[in-house]
Amino acid sequence: MPSNNGSDGFPSALKLLIAGGFGVGKTTFVGSVSEIEPLRTEELLTTASVGTDRLTGVEQKSTTTVAMDFGRITISRDHVLYLFGTPGQERFWFMWDELSGGAMGAVVLADTRRLADCFPAVDFFESRGIRFLVAVNEFDSGIRYELDDLRSALDLKPDIPIVHCDARDQRSATGVLISLMHHLLASQAPR
Amino acid sequence: MRISETDDDNWFDDAAGRLIRPYTVSNGRTEPSIRMELLSMVIATGRRPHGHLGPDHSQALDLCSGVTTVAEIAARLRLPAVVAKILLSDLAGWGAVDTRAPDPMADNSNPAVLETIIYALKQRL
Ligand SMILES: Nc1nc2c(ncn2[C@@H]2O[C@H](COP(=O)(O)OP(=O)(O)O)[C@@H](O)[C@H]2O)c(=O)[nH]1
Ligand SMILES: [Mg+2]
Repeated sequence: MPSNNGSDGFPSALKLLIAGGFGVGKTTFVGSVSEIEPLRTEELLTTASVGTDRLTGVEQKSTTTVAMDFGRITISRDHVLYLFGTPGQERFWFMWDELSGGAMGAVVLADTRRLADCFPAVDFFESRGIRFLVAVNEFDSGIRYELDDLRSALDLKPDIPIVHCDARDQRSATGVLISLMHHLLASQAPR
Repeated sequence: MRISETDDDNWFDDAAGRLIRPYTVSNGRTEPSIRMELLSMVIATGRRPHGHLGPDHSQALDLCSGVTTVAEIAARLRLPAVVAKILLSDLAGWGAVDTRAPDPMADNSNPAVLETIIYALKQRL
C-alpha cells in the first residue's frame, strides 16, 4: 500500500476538474489559478470524431482541440493540486470518465447566456457522485441574475453551492476553489 | 496504414481517427509496460540506462530531474499522454526513473488535508 503522506519522497497529486460548456471560460479559469502557465495534454481518439461545436455567443474562439488544459497549485511538500479543464463537447465524454477517476471535486462553470450548456456536466458529476459547485462566470454582455433564480433555473439540489466568479481574475477564481473546499469539508464523501 | 496530413493540427484517418507521428516515437506500441496515469508521479533515479537512449527517451528523462507528473511531461514533450506513458514506462523498466501511481484512496476527503488546502489557497488571494 503506497504511503500517501510523501514519506516515500513523492507528494500526493489531488485532482480537481473544471467543467462546463464550450467557451465558458474553463481554460481561462485554469490559467488564472495555476502557478505555472497552463499546460495542455492530449489523449488519442480511438474513433474519428464528428459534429460541430456550437459557436453562438462565443467570442474570439475559432478552434478547439481534443485536449485538456491543466494547471498546478503546490499546497505543501506533501500535496499538489492539479486542475484539469475537461473537454467541453459531449462527444469527448469518454475522456471525462478517465479524468474523473479519483477526482477530489469539480467546478462547473456556467454562462448565463447559455445556461443549458452546463446541464451535461451537472448531470455527469451527480451521476458519478463527484462533489461539485456551480460558478457563474460573468461575461460583460450577460445579464446578472440572482443566484437563487439561477439555482432554480439549473434545478440544483439545495446543498450544491452556487457562486459568482470572474474566471479571468486570480482572486475570484481562487475564491471559487476555496468555496469548493468548504463544500467538500461540509458534505459527507459519497463513498 | 496510410497517414493523411490534411490539416495542420488534426491528422485523421477514417479507420483510426487521429494520427500520429507519435506512433513512430512509441514504435507502434499503444500500451505502456507498467500502469501509468496522468497524475502518476515520476522522478529520475540518477541511473543512466546502459546503451544509447533515443532522443525521445532522452528528452523525457531530462524532464524528470525533479518530481513531476506524467501529464506535465506529456505536455512539455507535446506528445499524447499515452505516448509519454510508454516512454516513461520504458525508462522505469530500465531503472532510470522511479514512479508512483496516484493512490485511488487519496486524501480527497481528509479534513486535515482540506484545511491545509484552504490555508494554502488563502495565501494566494
Ligand atoms: N468577459 C469575460 N470573458 C471571459 C471570461 N472568462 C473567459 N472569457 C473569455 O471567453 C473566451 C472563452 O474562454 P475559454 O477559457 O477559452 O473557454 P473554454 O472553452 O471553456 O476553455 C475567451 O476569449 C476568454 O477570454 C469572463 O469571466 N468574462
Ligand atoms: Mg478551453
